[in-house]
Amino acid sequence: MTAISHSTPTTAERPIISVRDLRVLFRTPGGKDPIRAVDGVDFDVQPGETLGIIGESGSGKTSLGRALVSLITPDSGQILHDGLDPTTLRGARFRAHRRDYQIIFQDPSAALDPRMTVLDSVAEPLAIVRAADDAARRREALAMLARVGLPRDLAERYPHQLSGGQKQRVNIARALMLRPKVIVCDEVVAALDVSLRGEILNLFADLQRAFGLTYIFITHDIAVVSHISDRIAVIYLGKLMELGAADAVMGEPLHPYTQALLSAEPLALPAALRPKRRIMLEGEVPNPAAPPSGCRFRTRCPVARPRCASEAPLWREVTPGHSVACHFAEVAGRPQRDAILSTSMQK
Amino acid sequence: MEGAIFIVERRGDVLWVFMRWARRDLRGALSLSFLLALVALAASASWVTPYSPTAQDLNAMMAPISSRHWLGTDDLGRDTLSRLIAGGGASLYASFLAVFIAIAIGVPVGLVAGYIGGWIDEVISRVIDSFLSFPAIVLAIAVTGALGIGLTNGMISVGIVFAPQLARLVRARTLVVRRELYVDSARCLGATTIHILRRHILPNAIQPVIVQVTLLLAAALLAEASLSFLGLGIQPPEASWGAMLARAYQNMELDPTQMYPPGLAILLTALAFNTLGESLRITLDPTSTTWR
Repeated sequence: MTAISHSTPTTAERPIISVRDLRVLFRTPGGKDPIRAVDGVDFDVQPGETLGIIGESGSGKTSLGRALVSLITPDSGQILHDGLDPTTLRGARFRAHRRDYQIIFQDPSAALDPRMTVLDSVAEPLAIVRAADDAARRREALAMLARVGLPRDLAERYPHQLSGGQKQRVNIARALMLRPKVIVCDEVVAALDVSLRGEILNLFADLQRAFGLTYIFITHDIAVVSHISDRIAVIYLGKLMELGAADAVMGEPLHPYTQALLSAEPLALPAALRPKRRIMLEGEVPNPAAPPSGCRFRTRCPVARPRCASEAPLWREVTPGHSVACHFAEVAGRPQRDAILSTSMQK
Repeated sequence: MEGAIFIVERRGDVLWVFMRWARRDLRGALSLSFLLALVALAASASWVTPYSPTAQDLNAMMAPISSRHWLGTDDLGRDTLSRLIAGGGASLYASFLAVFIAIAIGVPVGLVAGYIGGWIDEVISRVIDSFLSFPAIVLAIAVTGALGIGLTNGMISVGIVFAPQLARLVRARTLVVRRELYVDSARCLGATTIHILRRHILPNAIQPVIVQVTLLLAAALLAEASLSFLGLGIQPPEASWGAMLARAYQNMELDPTQMYPPGLAILLTALAFNTLGESLRITLDPTSTTWR
């Protein structure tokens, strides 16, 4: 697997996406407390970078991804696309604007209309913008199919006649037809065989260089994120826990949740080189309609202290470009925190 | 699955496609042939009927089956075969008109209610519910009373009465399809609501509608019979299958055989509509692989 270019984004550039105190709520039919899928999230995405977002199921990562491409309207807070708030746009201007922000979904079958051939699906974006005539659209669609590595004879087939990997390539081709600036990739390889994942991820890397794309890679799979991301954000119960450069988050994780996720990842190393201790997260993710007081990770955190229940940790930049929401991220420092960890494990 | 493909590849060669279809789906092919023959027969009625369908021969009233009158004559001595052919035209016209009206009203209303939702859906759904709570034929009689008596007005009423059934079906399917990821994908590409409804929602929601339409065609055929029976449909001396059945019913004790030609015609046509509907459902679904 080749890594996607790790160009350090220059802070001078205007972020292509700015998320400010974003909240997405889902009201439950019973009229009880709404589910807080995304509950106050801030981050920026720089043009040309790949931001990985890691979270368990139920962490709000999919809602976040859908909000980024205006499929969900935020309940409060803002998403700025290149400085512009898309919720202020109406009608044709909004439809023209959103073409720059595409999403590719986890389930490649459900994302394709079962009654359209591959070629029709890929040519459809051009039909939507009324670009060129039918023949020219088909030519361009065929060229894009070739670009994503699909043989020409698949063009007249229907989605159910394709394999999962082929379908995901069709979705990629479709998303690229209008030359977007940003693509949100929501668990794009989770439904694929492990043997295919590397291939598809390489394709994403290749297309990023060719089309100058910005990616937001949403996944639960740390292996995927670590290979392709310039920066990594960790989300838990609708809030960011940690955000920093990929090397920093993977190498020196500051948040106990990130540490737990990393220690749970199987490593292709001889036993002697593997970390001795595996942090086991106990219990279920709490109910997002009634998150725990204070720090919402405290109910499963191995280093939780009374302070964590009374006081929500602030979002702090601990080292330049590396932020975390944990009271004990820096006071402890790594060796001491390890000591805390080991004592709490013994209990 | 292959069915859908060969249609795409050999669109020009109608006969070839039909033969291919007949091999795979004999019942569907037979139903379609029967209905096409019926339409052709009804369209050329004025040339093929042995007698004028309204000409009375008072010397041959209630004549039995013979070489002169293949299906006999009715109580006024009118040739039953000629009336059956001419009446078929009226009955088919009536069925198609009613179902066309039902589709024209029901499908757009169902799409709008299902896709837009909110208070619009609430209002439309309540109207549909109140329509469906009336017995259909009573409602059709009331609407006919308002529009005026006659076959065309009668069937417009039937169409209006049938429309809520289709609207509810389309709404229910639309509620499901609008949540599909490919709809989100199209929205993300900047597609207009019209584009999404036309290219994605309608094609994916229409399948049960096709089946329902064939059932409605059969029901409309019966509704035409009922309305004509009650004197609200076709007016004498013109023939329709329903009117013929009504007339034969009145003379049942004198000549029961006269009920068979229109009765069997209604039965076979309704059966053909239903069978064709089932075949279409399978053929039009690119994901289906089962051919029965």
